[in-house]
Amino acid sequence: MTMHPLAWWVWALGLAVAATRTTNPAVIALILASVVLVVLARREDASWARAFRGFLVLGGCIVAIRMLFYVVVGIKTAGAVLVDVPRVALPSWAVGVELFGPITLTGLLVALYGGLRLATLVVCFGAANALANPKRALRSLPPSLHQIGTAIVIAVSVPPQLVTAAAGVRRAQRLRGHEPRGVRGLLSTAVPVLTDALSRSLALASSMDSRGYARPLTGRTDRRVSTLVVIALAAASMGTYGLLDGTSPRWLGVPVLVIGGAAAATASILAGRQVRRTRYRPDRWGSPELLVAGCGVVAAVLLVAATATDPAALDPSLSPLSWPQVPPVALLCAVVAAIPAARAFRRPAERVAT
Amino acid sequence: MIHFDHVTVTYPDAVRAALTDVTFRVPEGELCLVIGPTGAGKSTLLKAACGLVPHFTGGLLEGRVVVEGRDTRDHPPRDLADVVGVVVQDPASGFVTDTVEEELAYAMEQLGIAPSVMRTRVEEVLDLLGLATLRGRPLADLSGGEQQRVAIGSVLTSQPRILVLDEPTSALDPAAAEDVLAALTRLVHDLGMTVLLAEHRLERVVQYADRVISIASDGTTVDGAPAAVLADSVVAPPIVELARLAAWHPVPLSVRDARRRAAPLRELLVGSKANRHPSAAGDQVARKSPVRAAAPPITVLAARGVHVRYGRTHAVRGIDLTLSSGQVVALMGRNGSGKSSLLWALQGSGPRAAGQVLIIGPPGAAAKADPASMRPRDARLRVALVPQNPQDLLYLDTVTAECAAADAQIGAEPGTTRALLDRLTTGVPDPAHPRDLSEGQRLALVLAIQLAARPRVLLLDEPTRGLDYAAKRHLAAALARHAAAGAAVLLSSHDVEFVAESAGRVLVIADGELVADGGVRDILAASPTFAPQVAKILHPVDLLTVDDVRRALAATR
Repeated sequence: MTMHPLAWWVWALGLAVAATRTTNPAVIALILASVVLVVLARREDASWARAFRGFLVLGGCIVAIRMLFYVVVGIKTAGAVLVDVPRVALPSWAVGVELFGPITLTGLLVALYGGLRLATLVVCFGAANALANPKRALRSLPPSLHQIGTAIVIAVSVPPQLVTAAAGVRRAQRLRGHEPRGVRGLLSTAVPVLTDALSRSLALASSMDSRGYARPLTGRTDRRVSTLVVIALAAASMGTYGLLDGTSPRWLGVPVLVIGGAAAATASILAGRQVRRTRYRPDRWGSPELLVAGCGVVAAVLLVAATATDPAALDPSLSPLSWPQVPPVALLCAVVAAIPAARAFRRPAERVAT
Repeated sequence: MIHFDHVTVTYPDAVRAALTDVTFRVPEGELCLVIGPTGAGKSTLLKAACGLVPHFTGGLLEGRVVVEGRDTRDHPPRDLADVVGVVVQDPASGFVTDTVEEELAYAMEQLGIAPSVMRTRVEEVLDLLGLATLRGRPLADLSGGEQQRVAIGSVLTSQPRILVLDEPTSALDPAAAEDVLAALTRLVHDLGMTVLLAEHRLERVVQYADRVISIASDGTTVDGAPAAVLADSVVAPPIVELARLAAWHPVPLSVRDARRRAAPLRELLVGSKANRHPSAAGDQVARKSPVRAAAPPITVLAARGVHVRYGRTHAVRGIDLTLSSGQVVALMGRNGSGKSSLLWALQGSGPRAAGQVLIIGPPGAAAKADPASMRPRDARLRVALVPQNPQDLLYLDTVTAECAAADAQIGAEPGTTRALLDRLTTGVPDPAHPRDLSEGQRLALVLAIQLAARPRVLLLDEPTRGLDYAAKRHLAAALARHAAAGAAVLLSSHDVEFVAESAGRVLVIADGELVADGGVRDILAASPTFAPQVAKILHPVDLLTVDDVRRALAATR
């Protein structure tokens, strides 16, 4: 038995929330380091785990693209000029768009910090993907969400498959002396990989269909479900409006949202009764799972609390420029996030296997 | 149980119907075999029986298909899941979960079977198919035979009354294929299950069939008792070919029946001088190609101590191997014994942990070279590989574009590849997309691309998957021509009949080690699992194929 997949998703989600609370590159780097450490320590030797490198590369690309965008079309803020690129004059209809212009340190840093934060979110997602088998995660969903869950999980498992397939195709094409380079090379790899992925997903869909996936119970449609879903949706939109609009009455905020949530949960339970589906040896939720999920939640709570009490430390000033500081709470957050890497917290069976 | 009533299937944008006016009835407890040339519509017929045609594939289905009293017109595949179990051609593509146990339980979970019942059924199926030792293993790590058994098990757990299987043994070695077929016959005999099965390698299954449906290339069908249908079928296993040659009526279907009829033939052949085969080495070339290699054989590939490792797996353990020009060599062994790893290592682009591979070049070029140290485009002039999934080599959208690109890559005269392709197979349309070709045509295209570079050594990994008998004969002839032109051919295969027909020398590997190396007659005839049908029937007469028998008979007259 391995770790319950939801534990890893909660942990990764917690770290993603923590990362959105700050623009401080030192804090983000610490969180990133914890994520990478845990993935390296705990991942299994499986196809979904091997795709983690791809997510790291993707994160790097995001940072690079964010900075490139700043240089090309970004709004050039005041500050110490690094390179004075001449501004390109655009026709009058493109008013408001600036092409090139002087690159300032402040602007470049804003782009870098923003890119890093986004990259960390992507890496957190990749970490959950690498640590928890996405197909097992599906098994923990309530029955009413089963069908959507299957679709999502299959979508999530596509990127790692593409990575494996691309490697296979490139290896095969070297056999005919074709060393793919540039755009044409990319195309020559992408065409077989994508057609292959398409035919594979069709094969999977037909296999699932002929094995009874999404099979309805005849003659038992519950009208209450659709009514409850409508109520839940209406309550959700009204509640959000009430929460965001300061002038609306107080009861329109949180209480309506709670009603909406309750309606949605009831609908889910009722809908679940219509789906006749059982579970074979469900995953257990024990103390190791609690610890892993807890680490993620604590990390998130620490930084959320820190932004509420001391926002300056987590958002280093850019005008005037200052070196980012590492507040003690961020250090604590990173240590908590990295706790699951320790061997001692593995399930006994896992320890024997490795 | 399965009832087709004047069924005609036409796919969207298709020129002609895939199935034309098909009517048959399969009663309960029968094993029904569907045969026909590649692309005739075997898969369409199977998919129509489980509702995937037309609910999933689209297209127009005229007539009626009734399965266990349910009309597929009103019942999509998911509503038939409790009566029909489907095993697709490539089992790995149909796996939904990651481990053996979860995969076995998946269909039951969808049908809402109680957890305690699920637990007992999973255990029963694990025992029935001999999967107990694999229960916790990831599906991706299993060998082809194991995956096939898991795929069958995963539909058995929901206890359907009908099983539909598309080429269940095509990826399996002879022993694993026998295991799977034994499991199927047990289901038919003991549990009264109805099985509808499509297969190209008839020699493996025809003896178990109670009924045969033969589909012609125009989509019409003939059905009846196996002996009657096979007696004049286009596709026929060697045993039937032999029966036609010896004019046996009715046609025997099992080796046992054939042996009882073959006594006079054996006596005739023992008396014939032709059967006393000349020295094995000379025979290898002479028997396969009418054009004897002009030059005396020279060594073209020398490998010493080749090791391949993947992580902790030691796939190939120190293999020494030499190949000479003019030879067609077959590499045989169990699923997962390291055949593919060895081929990729010899080609140079696969991993090689230790050892040396040298290709002895044509006179004039650098005498010896290791393909792994060469650029891919230079390496393929010396050693070319046709991998297990040949379509991975194709990336353009028409056959013409692929051929032109292949000519450009090696700087050959335009039209070289196309000319080679036309020699390998006929009727490949120029504007067709490579994906739309039949298996045989696609393999021919890839083979033509690789042959255009005139490699000194040609390696093929499982080339006969999905090919019918005619396509295999074309392939064997093409390999013989290439060998006769002074090259060496090494092919890995589970298909003993094809090996008997095409190869002169056989290597057997087990657990990554070379365990046997010798002439095709010595290795195949002696082995109980690898012996081709003709050898089993005529034992102790030392002939492997129907063509051998024909030649021997001609010599007696």
